[in-house]
Amino acid sequence: MQFDTTQLIPVLPEITLLTLACLVLVVDLFIRESQRIVSYGITQVGLILTAAVTLAVSQPGAQILFDGSYIRDPMSDLLKLGILVISFLAFLYAKDYLRDRGLFKGEFYTLGLFAVLGMMIMTSANSFLTIYLGLELLALCLYALVAFNRDSPQGAEAAMKYFVLGALASGMLLYGISMIYGVTGTLRFDELAQVVDKGDMNQLVMVFGIVFLVIGLAFKLGAVPFHMWVPDVYHGAPTAVTLFLGSAPKIAAFALAMRLLVDGLGDLHGGWEGWQGMLIILAVLSMAIGNLIAIAQTNIKRMLAYSTISHVGFILLGILAGTKEGYTAAMFYALVYALMSAGGFGVVIALSRKGFEAENLDDLKGLNQRNPWFAGMMLLLMFSMAGVPPTVGFFAKLFVLDAVVSVSLTWLAVVGVFFSIIGAFYYIRVVKLMYFDEPVDETPLTMGVDTQVALSLNGLAMLVLGLFPAGLFSLCQRAIGG
Amino acid sequence: MIAEWPILSLTVWIPIIGGFMVLASGDRESNATKWTALIIAVLTFIVSLPLWFAFDSSTSAMQFVERVPWIPSFDVEYYMGVDGISMPLIILTTFITPLVVIAGWEVIKYRPSQYMAAFLIMEGVMVGVFSALDAMLFYVYWEAMLIPMFLIIGVWGGPNRVYATIKFFLYTFFGSVFMLVALIYMYFQAGSFDILGYHTLKLDLTEQILIFIAFLLAFAVKVPMWPVHTWLPDAHVEAPTGGSVILAAIMLKIGGYGFLRFSLPITPDASHTLDWLIIGMSLIAVVYIGFVALIQQDMKKLIAYSSIAHMGFVTLGFFIVFIISQNNAGSGAALGVEGGMVQMVSHGFISAALFLCVGVLYDRLHSREIKDYGGVINTMPVFGAFMVFFAMANAGLPGTSGFVGEFMVILASFRADFWYAFLAATTLIIGAAYTLWMVKRVVFGDVTNEGVAALQDMNQREYIVLGTLAAAVLLLGLWPAPLVEVMDASVNNLLQHIAVSKL
Repeated sequence: MQFDTTQLIPVLPEITLLTLACLVLVVDLFIRESQRIVSYGITQVGLILTAAVTLAVSQPGAQILFDGSYIRDPMSDLLKLGILVISFLAFLYAKDYLRDRGLFKGEFYTLGLFAVLGMMIMTSANSFLTIYLGLELLALCLYALVAFNRDSPQGAEAAMKYFVLGALASGMLLYGISMIYGVTGTLRFDELAQVVDKGDMNQLVMVFGIVFLVIGLAFKLGAVPFHMWVPDVYHGAPTAVTLFLGSAPKIAAFALAMRLLVDGLGDLHGGWEGWQGMLIILAVLSMAIGNLIAIAQTNIKRMLAYSTISHVGFILLGILAGTKEGYTAAMFYALVYALMSAGGFGVVIALSRKGFEAENLDDLKGLNQRNPWFAGMMLLLMFSMAGVPPTVGFFAKLFVLDAVVSVSLTWLAVVGVFFSIIGAFYYIRVVKLMYFDEPVDETPLTMGVDTQVALSLNGLAMLVLGLFPAGLFSLCQRAIGG
Repeated sequence: MIAEWPILSLTVWIPIIGGFMVLASGDRESNATKWTALIIAVLTFIVSLPLWFAFDSSTSAMQFVERVPWIPSFDVEYYMGVDGISMPLIILTTFITPLVVIAGWEVIKYRPSQYMAAFLIMEGVMVGVFSALDAMLFYVYWEAMLIPMFLIIGVWGGPNRVYATIKFFLYTFFGSVFMLVALIYMYFQAGSFDILGYHTLKLDLTEQILIFIAFLLAFAVKVPMWPVHTWLPDAHVEAPTGGSVILAAIMLKIGGYGFLRFSLPITPDASHTLDWLIIGMSLIAVVYIGFVALIQQDMKKLIAYSSIAHMGFVTLGFFIVFIISQNNAGSGAALGVEGGMVQMVSHGFISAALFLCVGVLYDRLHSREIKDYGGVINTMPVFGAFMVFFAMANAGLPGTSGFVGEFMVILASFRADFWYAFLAATTLIIGAAYTLWMVKRVVFGDVTNEGVAALQDMNQREYIVLGTLAAAVLLLGLWPAPLVEVMDASVNNLLQHIAVSKL
């Protein structure tokens, strides 16, 4: 095989990010505690730089490189940009929090950047091996980040749980991959699709393979009944880490599902024999359990964890429709959800301060009296999560429902909206706490100007994208190629 | 010439953008904020007036149409226009909002800027609901309406406000999401979200019935019809006066409007098949809810139940048309629908006025219980006169607007079935009973306690608000012809449309 340096151009974003991650690693060794802001600066500049490079190398059409193990296509470009923007926001919101708690260390940024790298590799994987590589890189960084506050027993417990269950899920995924490899003889998704198209393979082993694959995927997505780790990890991790963990990786998980199920096994989609049936079960259960259990939560991080589960159910609805419209809708949903989630945790972080963790729903009480502007932002975020127009969350749900109805699964749309009603309750309960209750804690919110600006933009984005959803949607459409 | 201006967009967006300006101005200069809010509300009213004056009542076609793509890949358009059915309701909305702003002038102490902003934003959104001709645009406005109302009840409401407002939100949200699925379903049948396109869409009976039920859930909750009315008394009792006024005067009308714009023309056969259901529910609302109103101890609750009973007339008027056309009773069908429409507008004035009357008393004594009052006329003669006048209108006294609508609906139901008319006409007795009994206990008699003895009569602000409404009630009662003429072409077109089966 000949090596051609032009092959490196499409991977420039990953190369840039890797270089900068190593730079942070090295620079951080040589700077004093008080100069830690330098590591943060390099990280953020690095993310922007990587986003710029991603834009620069993007072009219509797909490029398959490195013997078919890597792909750069419009979908990977858009998802990478999403991941980078959301990670940028997450690191920005996290800064003050980390500094107040003595967690402002270079390792956070090194691990964070490697996690972002893992996500980017996942989005661009074209073979089982690459995707597994990216997934594990992401997962290992996240395990360490969850335990980042090493003096916190909850953090350690959460990290252990996450690690054990995550390893189990990876095992399942690998097992499924090995079965599929066994019957088809290929690891590349494009070749796999051809084999599946011809149909000459052992159906039984293939079905088992897909089952294990879907289980592994469901673990990573946090879909019911493989969701047990989500609330514990969200709760136990430092809020700054939960913020990161709960936002950008959702986009990567969507990419994982798209690459594995659609690129590789797209032809096996239909009915109860293919993966559509399994996803229907996962989606319905996720929406049901996620929304119902979220009602009972008093801890806001746990509540948002269950809310994630229910949103994952909606993303799955879009994927299982199995049409270009469905994938576009799911992609729109994943991007919008990551943005909402980042904003939601951003407000939770903003409520915390030195020596005080905002964890319980009661900490939101009377926010409108303490700080009407950010109460307004949280209001927009919550109504967006509940899917009330004119916020963008409504359009995300609308597009998914549209896709589901278009493939004659109207009953599934009815189930979806039914559980959104239940979901609406706990989101508006947050609004109730902020607006209708008296504050328990009168301390004014202290935030840096950068956080204030970013959080305001994040909240207003819910409204602006809701009034003009066409732009982002047509980007998603172009990315999917519809 | 005026018809070419984007009047509908202006009527929607002036109050919304103005509302955000008021919100941004904060509470440091609360007088300036209030004046800004009032100017915006009045300006919106003035801007909306050409809708009435430049309206061509000889056609049933949509007028003042604005149409630009919004989400091209989903065929969602920013498509608005009005006909004779929606235009009076828009004017009603822009007419009531300035009164609400004035009514909250000194009363609202906590964050008046947010209060005023919520009403202005809601005004724009409600105008949007009445003028949207794209199903998604309609749905966006329809749901967006919930957010400001949710906050108004929850922030400025009474002691049990949280329960009431969450109940309000979830009830309406529950009703409307199924409508969303129905709208999406029809999008795939029709290929666009154009509501007028839905009107001509062929649907078989099963589809029609399911879609009809989805719409019914949405609109019946909003109207509200028995048995999904239970959120309304709670919401009314807890809402601040302005919230009650908007809720009763305009929001309830949106449900009635939905029946005319969606249920009847899109699913005429299902409406025909299930008209017994709606008629039954309407008559139960008129008779049973009337009796429920009779025993209320709380004035606001009494008016809330009276609203449900009056809205029963509206839905009755809309759905007896099928029986009338079976009986070949000529123009009777139009009489029913137009009666329902007149009833909606008239109830908008009267219920608003009654809630404002209760507000006047509440601001002074902080009680809505009937037993805490008595002999108010002795200390507040002018107010007493107004209250008696509006109560009479509520009971359907000839000469007031309350009479016109009820009379038209009862007349129409005679052409359908004697017993419908009989049951509907009992409202003339029951309605008079609960309203006048309340007036007797609150306004007349001897002064019962010290609180009442110390009452001050209305100030100028209250006088302006109630005086304007009284003039409107009288005008519509004595001269309803302009209103009926405006909607005549549209209503007849609707009736012709639903007379043709879609099967």
